[in-house]
Amino acid sequence: MEAVRAENLHKTYGHGDTEVKALRGVSMVAHAGEVVALLGPSGSGKSTLLTALGLLNPPERGTVTLMGERVIDEGRAQGDLAALRRARIGFVFQKSNLIPFLTAHENVRLALALNDREGPETHARAQELLDYLGVGKRGGHFPEELSGGEQQRVAIARALAPAPQLILADEPTAALDSHRGRAVMELFRQVAREQGTAVVVVTHDHRTLDVFDTIYEMEDGLLSRSAQTA
Amino acid sequence: MNLAILDLRRQKARFAATALGLGLLFAIVLAMGGIYRGLVEDATLLVDHMGADLWVVQRDTRGPFAERSTVPPELEDRLRSVAGVASARSFSTATIQRVHGARNLRMTVVGLSWPEDRGGALPLVAGRPLRDPHRELIADRSLGLPLGEVLALGDDTYTVVGLTQGMLSSGGDGVVFATELDARAILNWLAPEARRLEREGRLARLAATDLDSRALEDRLKDERSVLPVLDPAPANAVLVRLRPGAPLAEVERTLAGWPDVTVYSAQEQRDLLLKGVVEKSRKQIGLFRALLSLVSGIVVALILYNMTVAKTHDIALLKLMGARVSVVVKLVLNQGLLLGGLGYGFAVFLAQVAFPLFPRRVVLGAGEYLGVGVLVLVLVTVASLAGIVRALRIPPTLILAG
Repeated sequence: MEAVRAENLHKTYGHGDTEVKALRGVSMVAHAGEVVALLGPSGSGKSTLLTALGLLNPPERGTVTLMGERVIDEGRAQGDLAALRRARIGFVFQKSNLIPFLTAHENVRLALALNDREGPETHARAQELLDYLGVGKRGGHFPEELSGGEQQRVAIARALAPAPQLILADEPTAALDSHRGRAVMELFRQVAREQGTAVVVVTHDHRTLDVFDTIYEMEDGLLSRSAQTA
Repeated sequence: MNLAILDLRRQKARFAATALGLGLLFAIVLAMGGIYRGLVEDATLLVDHMGADLWVVQRDTRGPFAERSTVPPELEDRLRSVAGVASARSFSTATIQRVHGARNLRMTVVGLSWPEDRGGALPLVAGRPLRDPHRELIADRSLGLPLGEVLALGDDTYTVVGLTQGMLSSGGDGVVFATELDARAILNWLAPEARRLEREGRLARLAATDLDSRALEDRLKDERSVLPVLDPAPANAVLVRLRPGAPLAEVERTLAGWPDVTVYSAQEQRDLLLKGVVEKSRKQIGLFRALLSLVSGIVVALILYNMTVAKTHDIALLKLMGARVSVVVKLVLNQGLLLGGLGYGFAVFLAQVAFPLFPRRVVLGAGEYLGVGVLVLVLVTVASLAGIVRALRIPPTLILAG
């Protein structure tokens, strides 16, 4: 099943001499349970594509479809994009971007609270996810008390909490050593397989490409499917 | 999940210190109102306490609290003969300053109409009412005079036999009550040397005339005789009480026809006091209070704005995660309300503990507390707007910028 489909996305920044065409008719698909890599040099348009898929920065033209529902149609939002983001999309970043004044457990529960889910079952869900990602015993700690790898695992737990159909990760291993970086990428694959979530990862790390089911390469706003490993 | 409280959990000391500072500001706003009410109560305390229906004062003057007023000695008797008048009593008051021991004692002397009024109706907290017609005083506790203390005032010494609480003049000075005659003697006392010089001056002027002045000369030389100019000054006013059911307006109209006096109802005397004594202070305090409220508002706005700026990254993340606008607004507003609430709580605590130690009375009623509470609520809410606007402008994509 298609988790996300982007068709003919166009996005331009600036005008005249400063005009940059970040996306030039980009199309892609990520299926449920699939792990997709977006490769490409800086300025190639990877992050623009990620923000378009994440409904943060709608393209001027093109459509984005989430689980069969067209949410951006010819550049126009169809419905409440923020509501779609909080319920259907999880984000993971280069830095963990955990809320510093919340404990690891609370950071995970936050994603549920934003979806109006409060109460004992959310505590259980947060603990279950932290256990699943191997940081169950660190739930009471604040982000500053966790290692980089632990922080990233908590961030993934937070992204998974509302059971999204799509996880978008922007260079999630850039701040980690190769061992921990690989562990995180494998975690994404595990999540995709076990939770049925589509995971789209922007990465520069060629050592972990074997983890991905599909690899796209971007250059100058154009996307090409370079490989399918699975 | 209350993000505002969870955020403050990690910066308790800083937040408490900020609330403390704001509390001091709010306490001053509270104090301004209390000082004004204190001024009004002090100003009208004596008028209210004397319980007169009419104040009869020197013609074309505004009464003893506003300016010098003297009334003829026989006025009391004339007033008693007016239909509808139940009682008339002389009233004298003035503020004096005397050296007592090692300190300057500033006090307002008020005469009580002996023997009808011995101070029994005063709010005595210690001692007793006057028992003798002379040389006894009832003093307000604010003067710091203990029971039994002896004060030298004029030619006589006076013993403090009773203590009141909160009996202050419109100037905020403690009041001492003596019999009317003692009060006049204290207020109009002249030094023996001044009296001697006056007698000698009169003798010299008499000798310069060709009048047969032996009788007059003998009288001037006799120290037991009282010179008209040295006679204890007349009272400042006469206070009139009407018989039950007597028409106030009619009596007032009758007295208004007398050429040597002006008559005011108790309410008119009260209004004169408030307009004369308190009006300028009221305006000044009101203006100061408005400025202080404005400063408080700006300070709160700056604090909340800076607190929001410090959370820019977190707010961007919340928005990226799809947080509703209400979540972001609540984060800023709840912190503002908490800050204001804590500050206000501290201000109220300070008012209870510190204001009674102020040199002038700070009178705070439930209305004043409620009024300032509402003001704080409005200030904090309006001040939060700056932070809220800032928060709503933070783009969620800021997170992706690293």
